[in-house]
Amino acid sequence: MLNLLWLIPTLPLISFLILAFFGKKMGKFSGALGVISVGLSALITLIIGVEFLSSPPIGGVYEQTLWTWFDINGFAPEISLYLDPLGLIFTFVITFVGFLIHWYSTEYMDGDEGYSRFFAYMNLFVFSMLMLVLGNNLLLIYFGWEAVGLCSYLLIGFWYKEPYNNYAARKAFLITRVGDTAMLIGLFLLVKDFGTLNVQQILIQAPEVWSVGDSNVFWASLLLLAGAVGKSAQLPLQTWLPDAMAGPTPVCALIHAATMVTAGVFLIARMNVLFEMAPVVQHLVAIIGALTLIVAGLSAFAQNDIKKVLAYSTISQIGYMFLALGVGAWSAGIFHFMTHAFFKALLFLGAGAVILAMHHEQDMYKMGGLRKKIPVVYWTFLFGSAALAAIPIVTAGFYSKDKILFLSLASTKGNIWLWIAGFVGAFITALYTFRMVFITFFGKAKMDVEHRPKMSFKIPLIILGILSLIAGFIELPDVWGDFTLISDFLGGTLPVINIIPEMERWEILLQVITGVVVLIGVYITWQIYVKKRKESYAFEQSGLFNFFFKGWEFDWLYNTLVVAPAVWLSRIDQHDFIDRIYGGIGHLNLGLNKVFSRTQNGYLKIYLGGIAVGMIVALTIVLFL
Amino acid sequence: MTTVFYIAAIIAIFSTLRVVTHKNAVHALLYMVVSLLSFAVIFFLFGAPFPAALEIIIYAGAIIILFIFVAMMLNFGSKEANEREKKWISPSDWWAPGLLSLILLGEFIYLFTAGGEVTTIELYPISPKEVGTALYTKYILGVELVAMLLMSAAIGAYHLGKHKRKEYHRFLKGDNNEEN
Amino acid sequence: MDISVDTGLLLAGILFLLGLFGVLMRRNLIFMLLSVEIMMNAAALAFVVGGAKWKNVDGQVMVLFILAVAAAEVAVGLALVIQMYKQFKTVDVKKMRKLKDE
Repeated sequence: MLNLLWLIPTLPLISFLILAFFGKKMGKFSGALGVISVGLSALITLIIGVEFLSSPPIGGVYEQTLWTWFDINGFAPEISLYLDPLGLIFTFVITFVGFLIHWYSTEYMDGDEGYSRFFAYMNLFVFSMLMLVLGNNLLLIYFGWEAVGLCSYLLIGFWYKEPYNNYAARKAFLITRVGDTAMLIGLFLLVKDFGTLNVQQILIQAPEVWSVGDSNVFWASLLLLAGAVGKSAQLPLQTWLPDAMAGPTPVCALIHAATMVTAGVFLIARMNVLFEMAPVVQHLVAIIGALTLIVAGLSAFAQNDIKKVLAYSTISQIGYMFLALGVGAWSAGIFHFMTHAFFKALLFLGAGAVILAMHHEQDMYKMGGLRKKIPVVYWTFLFGSAALAAIPIVTAGFYSKDKILFLSLASTKGNIWLWIAGFVGAFITALYTFRMVFITFFGKAKMDVEHRPKMSFKIPLIILGILSLIAGFIELPDVWGDFTLISDFLGGTLPVINIIPEMERWEILLQVITGVVVLIGVYITWQIYVKKRKESYAFEQSGLFNFFFKGWEFDWLYNTLVVAPAVWLSRIDQHDFIDRIYGGIGHLNLGLNKVFSRTQNGYLKIYLGGIAVGMIVALTIVLFL
Repeated sequence: MTTVFYIAAIIAIFSTLRVVTHKNAVHALLYMVVSLLSFAVIFFLFGAPFPAALEIIIYAGAIIILFIFVAMMLNFGSKEANEREKKWISPSDWWAPGLLSLILLGEFIYLFTAGGEVTTIELYPISPKEVGTALYTKYILGVELVAMLLMSAAIGAYHLGKHKRKEYHRFLKGDNNEEN
Repeated sequence: MDISVDTGLLLAGILFLLGLFGVLMRRNLIFMLLSVEIMMNAAALAFVVGGAKWKNVDGQVMVLFILAVAAAEVAVGLALVIQMYKQFKTVDVKKMRKLKDE
């Protein structure tokens, strides 16, 4: 059954084509088609996954070559699908969570005039993301990379009649473009040194072509990192993700929480050998992750739009994944990706249900008391928030995040500062998560509920809620037993981490400390926002709070550093000298016209004089020249 | 013969000059006749009696007469006309055409005298009979064309010279753009 | 007779230039037409000189044609002058500038 692999990306592609051409006429059925195509892909993924696990193919990898893309001077990338454990996990998340989100969107986007266009774009996105994770060479991965960027642009600006949405879409596209260009230069470097972009060949030949710490591998991995930073919205290219919340909520759930923004994580994990060979760059990955999670966490705490809280939260959690990859905890990072996909998608879908219930209002301070009114949404949202904050033992987020925190200290490449950043970040996560929950669902009800969730909302929410709770149980910490399914599964493709031996004893202690600090954070927010709830707080008016609210003023920084000089330059160049040349030709013509039209004065003698002068000139030329 | 030629040449030049610079129109026309007569003499000297006769008959006898008629009609020659003419021939009008003409004169002199050999002309009269024969055998096409040209000139002049009708039949009265 | 061809042509050239001078200088329309006639006459003289040099009859035939053309042109031209006098009430060329580019 493994040879059905090619169907997984193809079904959404076919569905996209059908919807693109005939969507308008299909009406309600277009949603059904979109859901069914992704659902079939999820089903095939499950079947293939079961077969992959039960009877693994040779070498733990299955490759299905479709055809050769082109062949120039020996450089011959193929259209070929490559399935290894890493790809399988990503494919599973993409198709399964994607299916649930598509199902949810049939109700969310009901009545919208772009209903079929939405599902066309979503299917195109699923296809692109699958090509990204299943491609066996970097060119195919880059194709998927660009295509998801395109779909992100299309979907952020989905309601294109509103100008702000278009600005947000452009901003997202341009900032990721900066990263994409760096990645492309990195690809050129790789082609120059290896002659091929086939991932496995590069990874195998890398130790022979380069030595550890070589400047070439430094630059190649640094450029790939730049691409990952752009796509995953890490520092310093993170400013596009909060503005991307202008798109519909299912889009935010699928693209900007579960899948597209994790493409950077996927790329780094895929090219792990390169990063292992450039320790400076790998350390930089960890530092970027640590800084981002603090910056984004503090910004999330100061937001009052529910979707922006979740956006900053996504940036912060991907910071955790980068931190994990940076210290060499490859499988831990991927594990966190999986659990994060579940609970973040759940939170976004829940937020969407809340927004629809509150007459499309997104400001949390205008909501309240929804606990009793839409209980299913409340309970699933609570489970998701618990997982996000990593409440101990019962939630999936606890297992993944704790593993990262422990390994950031215990790995040979980790250090105490990274752990402190992660630890403080966990506290802040608890703070902002439960601030969001308490303001939205507790307190007095300020508005009446407009839209009660129907089955298409409830079932995906419940499924994801259950997953947020139990998905962690497949990877228990080492001291609790040897039940480490994920690390074993990924051990075939990703390097195993080296742990400093003495640190193993500290694992229990660190877990307890982290768990306690998270519970303290929940308690503090409970006190502030539920028990002694005031209408407005002094600390929320302070300048520091405002600084966090604006995302640490990165927008202003980029505006002055990059945008304003570019605009100024283009204003100066508006009448540049090349323009003047062409304009000058016109002016010259008009001037000459004025001069010469004075000779047409109707005065006969002047005309005759002209004839005489012409005669003289002609004779002179003939006689003397 | 040579002296006759030079005398006729000088008379021609002088009278032409007077034509161009005189202010009385009628006098100028008479000077023109003198010039044409001297032309005829020069034609004779070059052995071309037929053109000489034609010059006198057609040029001096018809064309200049036309000019005189028009001058009379437009009342040139009266005192007011003379005054007017004098006003019009002002030195400021002179110098530019004069300059141009002098330059051209210089070029002409250079053109005609800087050649190599100097051929003299023998007196070789060509009789009208030969001219007539050539006209009606070799140049018959040209004669036909000139005939058509003269006919069109006559018709054109007739049309251009028509007076506007002062009274119209009541059926023809109507729009003012009645073309004549 | 030892008159060279050059002398004859020079005479024709001088008369032609006198005609040109007259055309350029005078403001009276009639005089301008008259000066044009002088120029044509000078051209005829040049033709005769040429014919005499080659002892050919063609030069004189050309004179006939020139004469005929001059006659036709004078006829039409004077008719036009009369019409213009009726239009502009003057024969001053300086007043007739209806073709001026505004």
